[in-house]
Amino acid sequence: MNAANYLYVSALLFTIGAVGVVVRRNAIVVFMCVELMLNAANLAFVTFSRINGNLDGQVVAFFTMVVAACEVVVGLAIIVTIYRSRRSASVDDASLLKR
Amino acid sequence: MINLATSLGQTQTPEAVMFWILGPSAVLAALGMLLVKKAVHSAILLAWVMITLAIFYIAQDAVFLGIVQIVVYTGAVMMLFLFILMLVGVDSADSLTETIPGLRPIAITAAIGFGGLLVSLLGRATLGRQMVGLTVANTDGNVQELAKKLFSTYVWPFEVVSALLITAALGAMVLAHHQRTIIRPTQREQSINRFRGDSMASAAGLPGPGVFARHNAVDVPALLPDGSAAAASISATLKARGDVIDSRIFELSEVDTSVEEEK
Amino acid sequence: MLINNGLVYLIALPLAGAAILLLAGRRSDKWGHILATLLSAASFSVGLLQLSQMLARPTGQRAVEQKLFEWISVGTFKVDAGLMLDQLSICFVLLITGVGTLIHIYSISYMSHDHDRRRFFAYLNLFIAAMLLLVLGNSYLNLYVGWEGVGLASYLLIGFWNQKPAYATASKKAFIMNRVGDMGLSFAIMIAFASLGTFSFAGIKEAAPHASTASLTAIGIMLLVAATGKSAQFPLQAWLGDAMAGPTPVSALIHAATMVTAGVYLITRSNFIFDAAPTAQLLVIIVGAITLLFGAVIGTAKDDIKKALAASTMSQIGYMILGAGLGPVGYAFAIMHLLTHGFFKAGMFLGAGSVMHGMDDEVNMRKYGNLRKFMPITFVTFGLGYLAILGVPPFAGFYSKDKIIETAFNAGGIRGLLIGSAALLGAGLTAFYMTRVMILTFTGAPRWDEKAHPHESPILMWLPMAILAIGSVSSGFLLSRGNALVNWLAPLFAEHAEKAEVLKPVVVTSLALLMVVIGVVIAFMKYSRGEVSSVAPEDVSALTKIVRRDLLQDDFNEAVFMRTGQGITNTLVKTDELVIDGLVRGVGSAALGSAGALRKSQTGFVRSYAAWILLGAVVLVAAIWLVTL
Repeated sequence: MNAANYLYVSALLFTIGAVGVVVRRNAIVVFMCVELMLNAANLAFVTFSRINGNLDGQVVAFFTMVVAACEVVVGLAIIVTIYRSRRSASVDDASLLKR
Repeated sequence: MINLATSLGQTQTPEAVMFWILGPSAVLAALGMLLVKKAVHSAILLAWVMITLAIFYIAQDAVFLGIVQIVVYTGAVMMLFLFILMLVGVDSADSLTETIPGLRPIAITAAIGFGGLLVSLLGRATLGRQMVGLTVANTDGNVQELAKKLFSTYVWPFEVVSALLITAALGAMVLAHHQRTIIRPTQREQSINRFRGDSMASAAGLPGPGVFARHNAVDVPALLPDGSAAAASISATLKARGDVIDSRIFELSEVDTSVEEEK
Repeated sequence: MLINNGLVYLIALPLAGAAILLLAGRRSDKWGHILATLLSAASFSVGLLQLSQMLARPTGQRAVEQKLFEWISVGTFKVDAGLMLDQLSICFVLLITGVGTLIHIYSISYMSHDHDRRRFFAYLNLFIAAMLLLVLGNSYLNLYVGWEGVGLASYLLIGFWNQKPAYATASKKAFIMNRVGDMGLSFAIMIAFASLGTFSFAGIKEAAPHASTASLTAIGIMLLVAATGKSAQFPLQAWLGDAMAGPTPVSALIHAATMVTAGVYLITRSNFIFDAAPTAQLLVIIVGAITLLFGAVIGTAKDDIKKALAASTMSQIGYMILGAGLGPVGYAFAIMHLLTHGFFKAGMFLGAGSVMHGMDDEVNMRKYGNLRKFMPITFVTFGLGYLAILGVPPFAGFYSKDKIIETAFNAGGIRGLLIGSAALLGAGLTAFYMTRVMILTFTGAPRWDEKAHPHESPILMWLPMAILAIGSVSSGFLLSRGNALVNWLAPLFAEHAEKAEVLKPVVVTSLALLMVVIGVVIAFMKYSRGEVSSVAPEDVSALTKIVRRDLLQDDFNEAVFMRTGQGITNTLVKTDELVIDGLVRGVGSAALGSAGALRKSQTGFVRSYAAWILLGAVVLVAAIWLVTL
């Protein structure tokens, strides 16, 4: 087995996440897809860390996790707020900005 | 050009076995996340992907990250997701038909292109050296070595990130805070209103929902003596969500006594 | 050279008067005119003091300079605001302040019924200050400030009664035509700076001999344009007649004695340029000759006494310009004629004002007649001015005008003959139209309305007239006695060899007197023998009609410049609307159109934006893919 295989998995997961962001309408699912993309990136970092024998990649992955946690907290709070006022968690409903 | 795949060292066989089982399952779970209708199912599939990734981390000598992945993601973040899902409605399901014309083909084409290019890039990328492995880097143990990095080289980003976390927490609180526009009536005022109202119908309190032994039925209206459903017995939230079950399906049907007679 | 010598007080006194009167407003109504007159007189006293100091110094050190302050300082380039008083300036200083003071005194009475008298005196003081700055500036830039200042004062005073639209228009006309000339002056200054690198008279005088003839000619021509504008010379002469809209003291001071002679001062001051640029000098002569005839011809057909005098002024300044164009030999005579003219023309204008004062502001000479009985002092002072302008010996004009005619003939060759004859003809015409003015105004049968009550003016008015009349009689004799003025001014001008006399002075004088006699006789035959109609006759020759229309000067300007200007303006407006605005609107509507098209891509759906981001990422990865290929 080859360590590069992790990278392929990472690429695939990232792509799937990207498609999910575009295709899914439920704001929560969209957020999950964003998390998936971040996780895919983390996997790549960890794998690079291993390939290079250097822990910096892991540190970056650690920071990514923190940022992702922040993003989830704020993002979900926004979703809840939107849901409270519009009774809907669909990202398409929050399209009033263009008017 | 040296192919990345050939330039990197081979791993141990157990890891290969683990990878070939978990890798495809993670990709499949991710794909499933896209395809299932219910958000809850998506969340569970995502949790699976995250656990898989945690195992991958541990397998790649990133023990600390692996544990953190489980604690933070599968533990905290996914819990948060599920919690919000419960709030929004656990049954909420997406219709998978696309409403914005042309978006889906564009997204899929772009994704295939993106993924293809990425994989192809990785395929012919070269790092110009053998896989080093983390045996040396983790001499004092993964956690200790990471801590050294975090509190020396990366101490400034570390502090900045802490500020970010606090800001995010505050932001979430601000967003979640709900300013009351009217003063909440006290119990005394509520009871006065009940008796001073136009009708004394609800003076004794609203009726409770119909509760049957076979079904925890806060979502089923109680039946009035005349057999009709008491709309006031159901929470307004459930009604708004459309989660009310018609009580007529629980009406007693004629009891088939033939079996007993046979006994 | 003295550094601090009080030159600045010459200007500061009247300027302070203008400032006080304008700033104090109605509060100074009671005493403003007295203050202004006193300050003008004080300035005259300073001028006399300067003259006495100057006389005490030896010939070589008579000029003094005073640096006021550093005006422009750009790197190594510096211009100081500085004053210079030399033999030429002092003549002007005394003329301006002297005649100016007399006219201040006259105006006290003349304007006594005008409720805006204080404002009038403020403008008069402003004019005196600006005119003094003009003649005292030690560089073209300082002169330019004064030049614009007198233009402003002239504009304000012509339009003093601007409640009458015609007067307001007249002031605007004067201002705009002066602008054309001022443009010439600014061009001259720019060319001088570009080619000689300095503004100061001294610096340019030093640099002129080394400069190319072409640039000097260009400067000279531009200076001539400036002079024609300010001095109402051909072809920028049309404003002077209308400038008579201003109160008569203004016409006497500004549009007869001082401001209109600024052009002569400019050319005389720039003698070092014109001496080195023969082409420009020739143009000066031509302009002078044309104008002296032009003005004289117009004067023959004017029934408005002030306009007749204005035409005469134009013509007399033509003589001065002609004299100045004749080079070193003529400068002194030009200045002499300028000074004598300042006396007799100011006197005659004041006389005209006196007549109008007695005749309820009637200006039409055909409504006058036999006024000598009612206004004896005015008649005498006006008559002395009349004899002076005709050049009858021993009155002032005889000494100055004949010298110019003589010098013109001495220019030699066909040129001398032509300009000499023109000057002679002008003298005859002058005699004709001035005699006409005299006859129509002071003799013959009375033709005024029954309402009019002609009466002599009060002492405050006739006293200045009398003083000016004395000047008209004696100034020529005094200035030419022993070539006093010529020798006085000689250090300023290039030395010149005595030219061979083409005609003996006696011959020229006789010829000139002959022309004068002919003119006077014709006028007598035409106007004194029969009744003069109180309305201008209509059945006159086409030529007379043309002359009455000021030789079609306004029609020409209107047809050639105004209509063309309007045409150009209209074209430019169209161009602006179609091309420039079209371009701007085109850009606008193009932006609008493209925005309308691009707006469609902004669906408001987050997911479509995300799709765009995804596409961008694809492009990015594709780029990396291609680069690392």
